[in-house]
Amino acid sequence: MTMKVGSRQVDGVVIVDCSGRITLGEGSVILRDTVRDLLSKGNKKIVLNLAEVNYIDSSGIGELVSAFTTTKNQGGELKLLNLTKKVNDLLQITKLYTVFDVKDDEAAAVKSFK
Amino acid sequence: MPMIEHRVSYTLDSSLETIDRAEEKATRIATELGFAEDVVMQISMAVREGAVNAVLHGNAYAPDKKVTLAFEQTGGDLVITIRDQGKGMDLSKIPNPLAPENLLKTSGRGIFLMRSFMDVVEIRPSQTGTELKLIKHVHGPAAGGKEASQ
Repeated sequence: MTMKVGSRQVDGVVIVDCSGRITLGEGSVILRDTVRDLLSKGNKKIVLNLAEVNYIDSSGIGELVSAFTTTKNQGGELKLLNLTKKVNDLLQITKLYTVFDVKDDEAAAVKSFK
Repeated sequence: MPMIEHRVSYTLDSSLETIDRAEEKATRIATELGFAEDVVMQISMAVREGAVNAVLHGNAYAPDKKVTLAFEQTGGDLVITIRDQGKGMDLSKIPNPLAPENLLKTSGRGIFLMRSFMDVVEIRPSQTGTELKLIKHVHGPAAGGKEASQ
């Protein structure tokens, strides 16, 4: 299953609903283009909803890191929402759980932005 | 332990499709061997990462270079070998992705993930290519075939 994204605004925060696989190739490119597009339009409060993401490889992990740092470097914040167990486990073993702000409730995620 | 052919091998192009195919074959074979679902996932991800390294870093997508992928059942082990025809790699230059200064790097986690998911990871670089060997021991009920043969 290839990756699909859809974005929506909630109280000034962009929620990006992702589904499928974030892997080398199309999935990583879609994520990269989506985040860059949002930033170019001035959206600096971004939540990646990964509830429907069932697979991420090392390239996908790298793309999440890239999205996080790119957003931060432009004065924004990017948070992760609703990790599946597989993705959660990957972020744990790579120690990236300590880097990302991970939420499991959308309303709380939106409120957490300053 | 359900039996598959003792050894199957594939010669694949240096393309993105090869990475997906390698993962699919690993998933199918590990499932047939009776590994638990989460272990199948680990094996298929390790093979995917190995195939990524072979296609990208080894063969650098060169159309004249091939990736060979082999699955072998030896005793209670699933042994997976991935070879490329690249220039080899310097293992000493692979940074620790868990080091604080490397956490925000966007690459360099493939070998770490393979080592996290497999029981044995052997990397043999040479000037004519790199050979990667991934081994998963069969544990639990799936190891019944091995015990029954003793």
